[in-house]
Amino acid sequence: MNIRRRIATVVGAFAIFTIAVLVFAPTVGSTSISLRTAFDRSIAWDNNVDAQIFFVARLPRVLSGALVGAALAAAGVVLQALLRNPLATPFTLGVSAGGALGAMIAISLGLDLGLLGVSSVPIASFTGSLIAIAIVYALASSQKRGLSTNVLLLAGVTLNSFFSALILFVQYMSDFTQSFRAVRWMMGDLDVGNYVPIVAALPFLVCAFAVFAALPRTLNLLTMGEDVAAARGVEVTRAQRWAFLSASLATGAAVSLGGPIGFIGIIVPHIVRLMVGSDHRIVLPAAVLFGAAFTVLCDLAARTVMAPVELPVGVITALIGGPFFLWLLVKRS
Amino acid sequence: MVDGVTLRLTDGTLAGILGPNGSGKTTLLRLLSGTRRPSSGTVRLGARRLDQLSRRDVAQQIAVVPQDTELAFEYSAIEIVLMGRHPHLGLFTVEGPDDIRIAQEALAATGTAHLADRPFHQLSGGEKQRVVIAAALAQSAQLLLLDEPTASLDLGYQLEVSSLLKRLNRDHGVTMAISTHDLNLAASICRELILMRDGRVVATGPTNEVLTPANVRLLYDVEADVHVHGETGHMTVVPLRRIVS
Repeated sequence: MNIRRRIATVVGAFAIFTIAVLVFAPTVGSTSISLRTAFDRSIAWDNNVDAQIFFVARLPRVLSGALVGAALAAAGVVLQALLRNPLATPFTLGVSAGGALGAMIAISLGLDLGLLGVSSVPIASFTGSLIAIAIVYALASSQKRGLSTNVLLLAGVTLNSFFSALILFVQYMSDFTQSFRAVRWMMGDLDVGNYVPIVAALPFLVCAFAVFAALPRTLNLLTMGEDVAAARGVEVTRAQRWAFLSASLATGAAVSLGGPIGFIGIIVPHIVRLMVGSDHRIVLPAAVLFGAAFTVLCDLAARTVMAPVELPVGVITALIGGPFFLWLLVKRS
Repeated sequence: MVDGVTLRLTDGTLAGILGPNGSGKTTLLRLLSGTRRPSSGTVRLGARRLDQLSRRDVAQQIAVVPQDTELAFEYSAIEIVLMGRHPHLGLFTVEGPDDIRIAQEALAATGTAHLADRPFHQLSGGEKQRVVIAAALAQSAQLLLLDEPTASLDLGYQLEVSSLLKRLNRDHGVTMAISTHDLNLAASICRELILMRDGRVVATGPTNEVLTPANVRLLYDVEADVHVHGETGHMTVVPLRRIVS
């Protein structure tokens, strides 16, 4: 029995798969392009359609898909462990609803206050997420001792429905075009158009992932219950704070980049657990890698199955993820 | 919940904490393990105050066995036991050969070595409790605190777990404090008893001195017959009737 080797082997296998997907995905699409032409520096950019398709239409989309997928899958793993509930998702604690409300307001008001080249909708969405995080966090830590995961869950679920009501209100008040844009945003869209939003989301994701890297063994113990974790040497409240804040930050950044793409944060962790067990030292990195690959593949399907019509990626994640999950459950029992 | 308690657990003892529901047994165990801090007074571990030690330092010296272990996710028995090594590992350290050896020894000591790779949730109640005790042993702590370790077990498993605890104390020198409702379990394995009622310690001392009909009545309002069992040589308690006051 060698735990280090097992972690390295399993995570390595996931890494190879994900890298293969990331290399493959931008080469495929409704228009076939020649990679040789795309990378040919001797052709002027303006005349090089293949390069434009590859670098402007596809690569940012694949990169944002990978980041969004990795972030949502990891946030799902962390929140499921924190709440000791395999049915928790990154959207359970109201962060994404806050993000969605922010985006809705920006769309409805037609806000055009770009900051450093990032357009108003992702900024408003991320701000909404931060506000939701602050509210839930304040409620959950208002008790005398520590962070209550029960209050966290109740406050999150309540905030979710409250924000959803506000979203409906904002949509009702907006005109037809704005409503249409809003609905499209809610479906999730990885067509970010350029690299600016990716670069803008990156620092937040890096912070969240840095915390994730230190969490896995503590998450194992948190799933055993707070008392057991404390008795095994975990500073429970501190660990819960870090877990909640990092998972929420990752969720907020992911939603601002790609919209609230459903199912990734619950299906990817489950598929990974069915394959590799529950040790978070394997589950968390594997979910990051598999979440990236899964989302990129779903988006690849979204832009090719009905080409030239492009489907929202959220529809595909639900269509592929749901049945696959059921199949895995049946196969296992 | 617990008030004015002064007590001392000596090295190598196996102490039973007895008392009716709500008497503060669990709270006392939490105070002893440092997962709860006293509003006044101090808990000391050797020369040092418990609240001045980090959770990690405490966990290196005190291990806890909860009454029930509910898992939200599936782990194998050996994975559960290896989690006991947590306080001995750095943030990014992965268990090495020594940790795995200690975990395997802990499984062997609790008679569960053959269950190592079995999913924990598929084990029987007695097997689960023995694996959880193995996890506490893998913590390499000097003191083991057990909260009603046999409460949810049937008679066979109760016997299995209680003889395991006795053996661990006798052969491995593990110091233990056990809260329990089972007077006969306490009588059969505990060297000394701590009797609690309404958050206070009402009596302490060697089992054969403290476990008297008068004390049973004091604790539970139950009239009981206490005598030495011929075959086993330890005391047995037969409850006779409840005294309505």
